Amino acid sequence: MRATSIIFRRELGAYLRSPIGWVVAAALLLLDGLLFQAFAMERAALSADVLRAFFMWTSITTGIASIVLSVRLVAEERQTGSMVLLNTSPVHDVEIVVGKFLAAFVFLCGMVLLTIYMPLLIKVHGKITYTQIAVGYLGLFLMGATGISVGLFAGCLTRNQLAAYFLGGFFLGIMDALYHLGKVLDPPLRETFSSLDYWWEHFQLGFMSGVLNLKDVVYYGAVTYFFLLLSVKTLEAKRWQ
Amino acid sequence: MIRVENLSKYYGGTRALGPVSFEIEDGETVGFLGLNGAGKTTALRVLACDLRPSAGSVTIDGVDAVADPHEVRKRIGFQPENPPLYGDMTVTDYLRFAGELRGMRKPELKKRLPEVIDMVDLGDVAHQVISTLSHGYKQRVGVAQAVVHNPKLLILDEPTRGLDPVQIVEMRKLVSNLKKVHTVLISSHILTEISQTCDRLLILGKGAILGAGTEAELSGAKSEIRQVTVAVRTDNTKAVRDALAKIEGVTEIGGPFEQGGGHVFTVSCTTDVRADVSRAVVGGEWDLIKLDYSRSELENTFIRLVGGRDASN
Repeated sequence: MRATSIIFRRELGAYLRSPIGWVVAAALLLLDGLLFQAFAMERAALSADVLRAFFMWTSITTGIASIVLSVRLVAEERQTGSMVLLNTSPVHDVEIVVGKFLAAFVFLCGMVLLTIYMPLLIKVHGKITYTQIAVGYLGLFLMGATGISVGLFAGCLTRNQLAAYFLGGFFLGIMDALYHLGKVLDPPLRETFSSLDYWWEHFQLGFMSGVLNLKDVVYYGAVTYFFLLLSVKTLEAKRWQ
Repeated sequence: MIRVENLSKYYGGTRALGPVSFEIEDGETVGFLGLNGAGKTTALRVLACDLRPSAGSVTIDGVDAVADPHEVRKRIGFQPENPPLYGDMTVTDYLRFAGELRGMRKPELKKRLPEVIDMVDLGDVAHQVISTLSHGYKQRVGVAQAVVHNPKLLILDEPTRGLDPVQIVEMRKLVSNLKKVHTVLISSHILTEISQTCDRLLILGKGAILGAGTEAELSGAKSEIRQVTVAVRTDNTKAVRDALAKIEGVTEIGGPFEQGGGHVFTVSCTTDVRADVSRAVVGGEWDLIKLDYSRSELENTFIRLVGGRDASN
């Protein structure tokens, strides 16, 4: 636990010290603002629909940011050789993975929270509740956590950061396509594939509409755990190779 | 004490190391010597618990490095070939981070950090960001992270790699100081570095140990190479060669080849035959220009061991 905290502080500091953290934060906020202005506010609509549109566009930028922030966590360390310090210290692989994951997650949540002024503007001028906003943000955080775990795993697979970015995006893209794949299949595969979908099934139909379903929370929690476990096992396996 | 028994490491189907067995006593400074690809780095990474062995056992202070690597890592400081640095951190922050990872508490670190910074002479750059440091300083920071928690065993993989001559001398001094308080393992393919800093040598070639012992033990082995180089001024080189061949203990005569206005012969022998050679030259009334003698030193030993192994493969 202590090692997790030490690694968490270092990684969070690295986001704040290096350009990548600031560039990603600036790009995310700029894009969210532009998309909100261009699409969510493009015509007269119910305030609940405007909020839905805001969360839809923000979930896309959050998914992309989660991959960009997380892939470097292990891939960069393996590329520069600094991973050896962690590997030869009395630190378990699970502590390394969790420490890095939490740092990226906290940084991502901080970035996403900076978009709060947009839902508050809708609240001031329309009829939405704070609960709708809170549920939407909970969905963004959970989705971001899953994206980070996927990116972290991709970074564990290869030390080439470009390849890791591609892999992370590919995994997330596949998980996002499951809903559409399910639609062309017959039951029970239809339900199986749809329920494994990353965005449509669990975010758009739930959190984005201000509906908090336990199954959606469990889905994101389980998938995040799964990819973090894969990351730990991959790091362990690298020592045997 | 480090005990390695039948240690092997395979990368896929390729054997990188072993099986090798050796022991290292507390307080020793041992050099891993070998050509590139000999298995030095693999051996050190296994000892540092960075890699798990494919077979065999490693125990450090009685603790099994495979069964309980976590416990072994507490006793080890490792500097790989490329120092494991975070370019975005300052030297002090980085060393604090490395110390905390090794279980050091804040009061302990507060006392230890200035000592380490002073020991490796990083005072001038202590608050500088690592990415802005020169290669020599980065190597020092690498050594500093390895010793910050005062480990019993210090493993340095090619610590002078990429350093200029002045930095090499400084690094050698640093290692000499570290020897006083740590058991040190150093790998290198630079013979002089190893011979000047280590008590004992392990010579590796193609994943196997080709020789082990002190420099004197290795050089004094049965097949020791001694060589007398003699240069004479004469037209009758055949007569010189015949005279040299008659000397007791001479095993082989190389040359002659022309150099500096004379003919140079290299006389391989099992004993010191300088006196006999000089008498033969005087007896033949040839002009003596040069007489050199060399014993089988580390370089010869190294070439003999590694060359022999290569030839047998």
